Amino acid sequence: MNDLRELYQEVILDHGRKPRNFGALPDANREAHGHNPLCGDKLDVRLLVKDGIVEDVKFEGAGCAISVASASLMTEALKGRTEAEANALFEKFHALITGEADVTLDQLEELDKLAVFSGVRDYPLRVKCATLGWHTMHAALENNGETVVTE
Amino acid sequence: MNTESPIIRPTGLDIARIRADFPILSLPSNGKRLTFLDTAASAQKPRQVIDAESHVYEAEYANIHRGVYDLSQRATVAYDKARTKVRKFINAASDREIVFVRNATEGVNLVAQTWGRRNLRQGDQIILSEMEHHANIVPWQMLREETGLELVVIPITDSGELVWEAYEKAFTSKTRLVAMTQVSNALGTITPMAEIIKVAHSHGVPVLVDGCQAVPHMPVDVQALDADFYVFSSHKLYGPTGVGVLYTKAKILEAMPPYQGGGDMISSVTWAKTTYADIPQRFEAGTPNIAGTIALGAAIDYIESFDRQALMAHEHALLEYATERLQALNSITIYGTAAEKAAVISFAIKGVHPHDVGTILDFEGIAVRAGHHCAQPVMDRFGVPATTRASFGIYNDFDDVDALIRGIGKVQEIFG
Repeated sequence: MNDLRELYQEVILDHGRKPRNFGALPDANREAHGHNPLCGDKLDVRLLVKDGIVEDVKFEGAGCAISVASASLMTEALKGRTEAEANALFEKFHALITGEADVTLDQLEELDKLAVFSGVRDYPLRVKCATLGWHTMHAALENNGETVVTE
Repeated sequence: MNTESPIIRPTGLDIARIRADFPILSLPSNGKRLTFLDTAASAQKPRQVIDAESHVYEAEYANIHRGVYDLSQRATVAYDKARTKVRKFINAASDREIVFVRNATEGVNLVAQTWGRRNLRQGDQIILSEMEHHANIVPWQMLREETGLELVVIPITDSGELVWEAYEKAFTSKTRLVAMTQVSNALGTITPMAEIIKVAHSHGVPVLVDGCQAVPHMPVDVQALDADFYVFSSHKLYGPTGVGVLYTKAKILEAMPPYQGGGDMISSVTWAKTTYADIPQRFEAGTPNIAGTIALGAAIDYIESFDRQALMAHEHALLEYATERLQALNSITIYGTAAEKAAVISFAIKGVHPHDVGTILDFEGIAVRAGHHCAQPVMDRFGVPATTRASFGIYNDFDDVDALIRGIGKVQEIFG
């Protein structure tokens, strides 16, 4: 049960149930569609980027608690950041949950609330869930309108 | 609501003894008793099958249909014997009608690429049902791209049964094939295959049956059904992976062009001309899965060592007990409530995604399938992206159902 709570932390359950920044963003100028064919999760991420700064970001879609909470917390973390900072954060987040690289304490601090997803690294099949929103955001910044597939 | 004692134990099967035959069931999963409820995806293997496969490599292995030496002959005899076992198991008329392939998926592809390519033209129609597995959809779509044929999809009802009137009315002068499942892997529905085939034959249309989920759970007689093509996989029948069976009536198979070219499928080869072997070898190019095929024979022996009616009664009792206990819980929706059902239950827990259900159940040692079950059109039909599926096999007992119900309790506790 303790392990379970480590994966499904209260913050994740909360954002999974009540995702923040959920809905349309009519004046978005960047967007992408993300899809995980393995479980059917689908997310749209839309951003309003002005002068290289993410002024607003929203997402819509359906998925498991991990993918919805991850996208929700991502939107909170991105607002006000530059595109370069957003992509850098994505890289740090990715390193955290895949366990590919050691994450330093400084980086953990920077990840802030996003660190609640560290439990995901023990569940390789769920890593795609936690990164779907991020991959989609990354694609939206790089290449407007593309569909991202994680599986 | 606590009814943790099953009402019915009618079969007289010694399930504890059956469980003891499956080594993997004695290993813990996440520190708990393994509750394996994903047999519809692939069944676990009994010691008898595992031993049969290793015995081939330890004592009886050489390539088949080639060497004149003792080992090769013994391997050849054992391999051919497996074909006879399969023939008897599904009551085909002749060993010549049994083609070994990699799995049921390859069986469907073989029919599409040989019989289909030769016989189907632009505008011809194939009738499928809305509850087909991707393996019985995509090979036909690929052929559609090539030939311009049409797929006619028969809808299913809210309970997951074929809309019979729609099926009867679907036949036209262009209908060339019916390709349909005997048991839905996503919903558990058992289709009225004998009647389906009777109707098709009254229009002069042959039928391909996807028997993947049927063969492990009910006796199948391809002659009584009058099936023209019948496919199934070894790995769902408690046998090894990498072996499948395509049954085809001899007179159809004889007229089919080869599938893949290579060794073992030829009669003679010269640079000028190659003549092909007779059936079934014509469709078995290259060295096959020798040990796996022999072990499939052992799996058939294993299944047939039981009273199959008793096995069916046992699995049905598990289905009824699980259905009853799930329905007694709050916030559970069961997808697939056909009158005739195999021991497969697809369900949703309100407000919880199936992947989260699967992960939490996994903590409790419970293995279920969470996803679209390779049947996305079924998911679309019911308007869900995915479901959680519990499926039962001969080794499951009522404790497994109780564990599932307790596991769902944990899910609801966490997501409550």
